[in-house]
Amino acid sequence: MNIVARFEIERRQFLDEHGKALAPLPAFAEDAAALVALYRSMVLMRAYDAKAVALQRTGQLGTFAPLIGQEAVNAAIGSAMRPDDVLLMTYRENGAQWMRGVTLRELFLYWSGDERGSNFSGARGDFPICVTIAAQCTHAVGAAYAMKLRKQDRAVVCTLGDGATSKGDFYEGLNAAGVWQLPIVFVVSNNQWAISLPRAHQSACETLAQKAIAGGLPGLQVDGNDVIVLRQVLDEALAKARAGGGPTLIEALTYRLSDHTTADDATRYRSADEVAAAWKLDPVARLRAHLTERGAWDKAREEALLKDCNDTVQTAVRAYLDTPPPRPAQMFDHHYAVWPAVLAKQRAEALGEEI
Amino acid sequence: MAAITLIEAINLALAHEMARDNDVVVLGEDVGVDGGVFRATLGLLKRFGKERVIDTPLAEGLIAGMAIGMAAEGLKPVAEIQFSGFGYTVIDQILNHAGRMRHRTQGRLTCPMVLRTPCGAGIHAPEHHSESPEAMFAHIPGIRVVYPSSPQRAYGLLLAAMRDPDPVIVLEPTRLYRLFKEEVADNGVAAVLDQCVTLREGTDITLVTWGGMVHETLAAADALAEEGVVAEVIDVVTLKPLDMETILASVARTGRCVIVSEAPRSCGFASEIAANLAEEGLLNLLAPVRRVTGYDTVVPLAKLEQRYMPDKARIVAAVKQVLAFS
Repeated sequence: MNIVARFEIERRQFLDEHGKALAPLPAFAEDAAALVALYRSMVLMRAYDAKAVALQRTGQLGTFAPLIGQEAVNAAIGSAMRPDDVLLMTYRENGAQWMRGVTLRELFLYWSGDERGSNFSGARGDFPICVTIAAQCTHAVGAAYAMKLRKQDRAVVCTLGDGATSKGDFYEGLNAAGVWQLPIVFVVSNNQWAISLPRAHQSACETLAQKAIAGGLPGLQVDGNDVIVLRQVLDEALAKARAGGGPTLIEALTYRLSDHTTADDATRYRSADEVAAAWKLDPVARLRAHLTERGAWDKAREEALLKDCNDTVQTAVRAYLDTPPPRPAQMFDHHYAVWPAVLAKQRAEALGEEI
Repeated sequence: MAAITLIEAINLALAHEMARDNDVVVLGEDVGVDGGVFRATLGLLKRFGKERVIDTPLAEGLIAGMAIGMAAEGLKPVAEIQFSGFGYTVIDQILNHAGRMRHRTQGRLTCPMVLRTPCGAGIHAPEHHSESPEAMFAHIPGIRVVYPSSPQRAYGLLLAAMRDPDPVIVLEPTRLYRLFKEEVADNGVAAVLDQCVTLREGTDITLVTWGGMVHETLAAADALAEEGVVAEVIDVVTLKPLDMETILASVARTGRCVIVSEAPRSCGFASEIAANLAEEGLLNLLAPVRRVTGYDTVVPLAKLEQRYMPDKARIVAAVKQVLAFS
C-alpha cells in the first residue's frame, strides 16, 4: 500500500480568552491604535445588533438575525477587504457590510422588508445578502472568474455558516475555485448551531476546514473570537488570492450567542450552561481586556465609546423610521430593465393606473 | 448565404457575438475542447481561447450560479446545460437569484446572463434527455424564456438574448437541431423579443405552438389545407413574457383555437394561453379551446415516445373537433 496524499489542518490563535497574547503578535497588531479601531467597530456592531432586536420586539422591524458573538469575524472581514473587492455574505455579516460602507439605515431598511435596503450607498459591487444557504459560493466563483479573466487586482470574500458546508453549492463552489485557482477567500463562521442543529450533527468531519482539501485548496481553522488572528489570516489569504495564488478556506470557530433569528427560541434546543460557557469566550470582552492590559483602553474611553455608538445607532434609527414607505411601483420597477409592454396591464391593474 | 441547420445557427450567433463583445463568455460541460455534445460551441475554443470558452466541472448548479456571479460583475455569460433533464437543479439559481438580482438590489446589480439548453423528445435519447420544462421556467418572475423553431429564429433570438440586459433562458428544440436547413445571414441582426410570430395566415382556426412542435403544427396545417381548412399558425417564440395580444387578435378573426405543446398537460404553458383566452377572448370564440399536448406521464423512453408526442394526426383530429362544434 502506498499513501498517495496526506493532509493536516492547522489551527491558529493569538489571544487567549482573557486577551493574553499566546504568541508574538503580527506587525499590524503592534499598533494599539489599529486594534482600538477594530474594537470600536465591534462595539458599534453590538449596539446596532441590540437595537435591531429591540426594534423587532417593539414591532418596528421585521425578523432579524442577530450577529452577537460574531463581531470579530465581521470586523476582520470589514477591515481586511479593499473597497473594490467583492463581499458575498449571509445575513449575519451586517457588521462587515457596515464597515464596507453600507449604512445602518440601509441595514434597518433591509430587515424592515424593503428592497431599498439592498441598494447600498457604499460597497456597491457587493452582492445582496444571500438567504438561500450556500448559493453564494457559486456566485463567488463567477465574480472571481470575471476578476481573473480581466486580470484585475481584486478578490472575493464569500462568507457562510457551518450549516452551509453540508450543501452541494458549497462543494461545487469550492471545487471550481480550486480548478481555476480563483481569487476567493471562503470564510466559514462556525457558530456551532444551524438553527437547532448542533455542529456535531452537521458533519462527522473533525474540522470544517478540512472540507477545503477535497476542493484542492488549503483550509485552516482559527479562533473566530480572536480578531487578531482572523485579520492576519485574511490578510494572508487575500494577498495570496491577489497574487494569483488561488483560494483559501478559513474556518472561524465562534458561537451564536443569541437566537438564530428573532423568530427563534434557542432555549428549546440548547442549555443555558453552554451559552454561559460561550460568553466567557466573548470576542468583544477579549479584545477589551487585551487593550486594557496594554494601556490602550480604560473605563472612561469605554463609557465615551458606548455613548458614541448609541448615538450613532439612534441617529440611524431615526433616519430609518423617517424613510417614507416604498411606492407600490417599487414592486415592478426593477424586475426588468424595462417592464415588458406585454405585461403592462398587470402593472396598471396593481397600481390602479391607466395604460 | 449558406443554408445551415439550427445548431449551426446557434454556433454562428455565439461566434458573432463573442467577436463583437469581449464580455461574452461561454461556459458549460464539454463546451470547449469537445465543442459541446451537440456541437453548438464548435470552434469557439480555438477562436476565442479557454478563458472565454470555459469547460466547467460537472455541476449544473455551479454553472448557473457562476453565470449569475459573472453577470453581476459585468460579463455576459452564456451557460449551456447539456440536457434539460439535468437542468432542474438550475431552477433554484434562476428562481432564487437570477430573476431577483435586479429587483432585490433595486437596479444596483443586474444579471444579463443567457442559459441555453436542448429540450423536447423525439431523438431516441436516454432517460432525462427529452424533457419539456418551459412552463417551469416561464413561471419565474424577472426572466425571459424564448424557444426558437428554425435556424433563422435561433440565430436572431440568441443574439437578442445575449444583448438583453436581463436573464434569458433559451430553450432549443433538440429534434430540430439538424432536421432541416435554412439560409441564415450572419448580419448580427437580433430578433425582437416578447413577440409572437405569425408563420401562416388563416381564417378558419388559430393554431398556437412553440419550439419543436412548430414543425408538426405546420405539417397539420398543410394537411388541413388540402381539405380546405385554412389555419393560422402562430409561433409563440417568447414564452415569458407572453405576447397575448397577437393570439387574441388572431382568435378574434378565426373564432377557434388549438394549442399544441409536447409538455405534460396539467399546468402546462398551453393552459396559460387557454386561461388568457377564457379571460379575454371568450366572446370571440365559436368553440371551446382545445389543447393537444403530451400526457400527464413521464416522457416515455424511446420506444414509446412517438406515442407520447403530439403529431400531425392528433393535431388534425383536434382541429376537426373544434371545427365541428358549431
